[in-house]
Amino acid sequence: MIIGLDVGGTYTDVVLLGDEGIVRAIKVLTDTRALFKTVLSGLDSITEGIPPGKIRRIVLSTTLTTNAIAQAKISNVGMIVSSGPGIDPEFYRTHAHYVAVCGSIDHRGREIEPVNTCEIEEFARNFAAEGIRYMGVVGKFSTRNPRHEMLIHERIQPYFEKVFMGHQISGNLNFPRRIATTYLNAAVYPIHKQFFEAVHQSLEKKGLTIPIHIMKADGGTMNFAASMDFPAQTILSGPAASVMGSLAFAFDDEESLVMDIGGTTTDMAILVKHVPVLNPLGICLGPYKTLIRSLESHSIPVGGDSNVSVQEGRIQIGPERIGPAMAYGGSVPTPTDALCVMGKLKSGDREKSVQGFQSIAHDLDCSIEKAADQVFDHTCRTILKEARILIDRINQKPVYTIHELQEGYQVNPQKILILGGPAPYFAQRFEEISSFRVGVVPRWDVANAIGAALARTTCEVSLFADTQQGIAMSPEEGFTTAVTQDFSNADAVLTAGELLKQKAARQGASPEEMEMEVVENQQFNMVKGFYTVGKNIRVKMQIKPGLIDEYDTIAGILSME
Amino acid sequence: MLKARYKTGLVFFPAFDWAISPTHPEREERLLYTQDQVFEEGVLDIDGIREFKPELVTVQDVQRVHFCVPDVANIMTESHFISAGGAKTIGRAVMDKQVDRGFALVRPPGHHAMRVVHGARGFCNVNIEAIMIEYLRKAYPIQRVAIVDTDCHHGDGTQDIYWHDPDTLFISLHQDGRTLYPGTGFPNEMGGPTAIGTTINYPLPPETSEEGFLYAIRNVVLPILEDFKPDIIINSAGQDNHFSDPITNMNFSAQGYAALTELLSPNIAVLEGGYSIEGALPYINLGIILAMAGIDYSKIKEPNYDPERLRQKPEISRWIQRTGDQILSNWHQRDKIKSFVQDTQRFAERTRSIYYDTDNITEKQTETLRICSDCSGVLQIDSSTDGGRRILAVHIPTRACNNCRELGYEWFDAADKKKTAAYLQDRPEDHYEQRNRDF
Repeated sequence: MIIGLDVGGTYTDVVLLGDEGIVRAIKVLTDTRALFKTVLSGLDSITEGIPPGKIRRIVLSTTLTTNAIAQAKISNVGMIVSSGPGIDPEFYRTHAHYVAVCGSIDHRGREIEPVNTCEIEEFARNFAAEGIRYMGVVGKFSTRNPRHEMLIHERIQPYFEKVFMGHQISGNLNFPRRIATTYLNAAVYPIHKQFFEAVHQSLEKKGLTIPIHIMKADGGTMNFAASMDFPAQTILSGPAASVMGSLAFAFDDEESLVMDIGGTTTDMAILVKHVPVLNPLGICLGPYKTLIRSLESHSIPVGGDSNVSVQEGRIQIGPERIGPAMAYGGSVPTPTDALCVMGKLKSGDREKSVQGFQSIAHDLDCSIEKAADQVFDHTCRTILKEARILIDRINQKPVYTIHELQEGYQVNPQKILILGGPAPYFAQRFEEISSFRVGVVPRWDVANAIGAALARTTCEVSLFADTQQGIAMSPEEGFTTAVTQDFSNADAVLTAGELLKQKAARQGASPEEMEMEVVENQQFNMVKGFYTVGKNIRVKMQIKPGLIDEYDTIAGILSME
Repeated sequence: MLKARYKTGLVFFPAFDWAISPTHPEREERLLYTQDQVFEEGVLDIDGIREFKPELVTVQDVQRVHFCVPDVANIMTESHFISAGGAKTIGRAVMDKQVDRGFALVRPPGHHAMRVVHGARGFCNVNIEAIMIEYLRKAYPIQRVAIVDTDCHHGDGTQDIYWHDPDTLFISLHQDGRTLYPGTGFPNEMGGPTAIGTTINYPLPPETSEEGFLYAIRNVVLPILEDFKPDIIINSAGQDNHFSDPITNMNFSAQGYAALTELLSPNIAVLEGGYSIEGALPYINLGIILAMAGIDYSKIKEPNYDPERLRQKPEISRWIQRTGDQILSNWHQRDKIKSFVQDTQRFAERTRSIYYDTDNITEKQTETLRICSDCSGVLQIDSSTDGGRRILAVHIPTRACNNCRELGYEWFDAADKKKTAAYLQDRPEDHYEQRNRDF
């Protein structure tokens, strides 16, 4: 049996899945100040009476790191960045304990200026003297040559508990994002470590000695050990878990739009052939633009509890959630109240909703029922309009070859999958006002926990070869090898594939989950004068997000429920 | 937080799958390291910098500018449709006020492509700036356009296209034609009889440094732009004046290019040449982008940059100053020169030979222009190549008077009767036609 747990803002959802489908599903209130207690009570209830030996997998998705960053409750860390020429690194200052040191690597990974070890040790001693225990070290073009980062790491490591290096965080080029991402990893590391060590110990006490998997923002998982090196990858894993949960119920069609209509926001993502579309660069969280791989998603401040008002004769939904719907004790009218007025939602106090809609009906100069219908209609149309923005954003992504521009794959989903409380009512209206076919995810209430339970391990690997310099390397993996002039694209893909397999296994994937994919494969002749002097090869491979093999049976059962 | 002072649009199209030939300077690898640098610097994340996906230009967009022989499809590859399209995308983004400024970082380049095109010259098939400009003129209410070409080679194609257009000011700064391809671009090349003065050539001696380039911009180009009062300024931003460029002899730098861009403040920049692909382009392009966006570029420095070593010799400075004085004096007397030329003739004729170095074609042209007091005059080009192709091309300018328009159609019909391949650009009607093409 598998346990999936997703900590949300209001509720923490836990499911226990077995051959017979959902064996158990529970909700406990999330206590944001005591997340550990919340998780534990969720795990206690779900495993009650189940022999520990029957549980073989557990996957957790938490808001721990996301909240810590949003509330600025992260540890003070030290950052050492080595930039070389270009944009002034001062622009990328993350916080006070940030220093730019000398040293420079160029775009082909050649050293232009060495690092100064005395300078570095002095900064390190100062940081240590100020009580800093965690460090981030980032160099420009360290993904082309990590030597400077490694040298700095070696020098400062004795002074600190853990030092994160930029080149290990991601193989992608983007120095400012590498700085922000390395910083966040270092800054959330202690809370992440403390939390998951505690969870680990509690599970052991229960006799659950199975590996813990942790949900990431790209819709995949990593194991406990890997998460210690990449704790920031757990940021915003919740929305990814919901999308993965809906995947189990996706249409057989090529493309669908997934919408999670919550109280405060509506989150959207796109599935193509049962795989969520990924953001090519990484998550943006508050002021931080990162290299943390994530789903391409769109979140809008329109939800069931958004405040509704009329301004200059026009309906305005959101952007705030002032409280619950008036039907459930709130103080301002919301789209949920509109559904109550229309008689669709029966559980709330309709009288309260009607009261709330009086002023709106007055402002719109129509009956209360008509006003409610208009508000609901406007909410639906706003959500559809925003969905178009997400689709356009994906389709307008620049490409850099004639081939890609001509063959340019355009997503054009015809189906919507909706999750969320009022999903059935939205589904009906969406079908009336658009050409989309709309389906409601069964068990949407725990789809996030189901998604966590069934998500497979994901990871990616970048390989870079320069046959003129005679090297192939994957700095993220700490891999460098000498190559000859005849090293080819095909060799690069083979090497990268091997590295990816090893990485996936290290991060907790089982061999049958390793569905590998080449996402980038470029080869350039390098010419000096009029002679080819070598090849410049770039290969990127990934294990794409998806569900573990068991999902077929489980999804089949769930769909029939 | 880094924020652009001017909202800046970028089209980045390195055409990673297109080359003239595998080891040609115009090959797949050309913008690879520039892309690496731009990505690694996080330029596209800067608040106020926005990347656009290039569109493709239409056949009509090309016909508005060129007489392609035998036709557009035979002259252009997909890559040309996209690189011209990238310039067009940026032009639209600027005109639609989505951005304040824009830079099309595209290849292949275009400034050696003339009005009649039989093949490729100087790595160029079609003139991507001219295609963009004429599209913008059609789609938006702009008339006066200034093009400042800072490629190291004389922009002879752009000069040819705008030779008879008094509404387009074309200024080319380049290495002296006696020392570099294409061998033209001297101060006495000032435009045709109805557009004298709006073509300006500023040849610079080999080994010109930052000092010389910035002197030319500050003391000559900017005052002329101020007089001309263009609706928009386009920079043909070639990057081969760099001290490390393998096919030229100048001493310019990344800092210099950024400073030049800042001074010039073009609305739109379009990449032209530049073949020092590792040591110069990544840094120059970064400098131009930052300068356009109004962001500090002072820390950009290419490897081996040594301002002391690149210091300009005094005799070079004196030469540049003298040439500048001559250009300014020509500029101030342009109306006098124009009336002198126009008084004497009803038609002006010129005959010349054009060599297509990339495709090894020699073309002979005889151009006949009606000198008209009401418009810039209808133009006829009799063009033949050593490959045996001959066409008669008629260009009726956008603001042609009725007489010129009628004469244009007379010429076109006469060629048709003689069964000569006849090409027509009727700009007032945005109508383009070809007859009797049998090659």
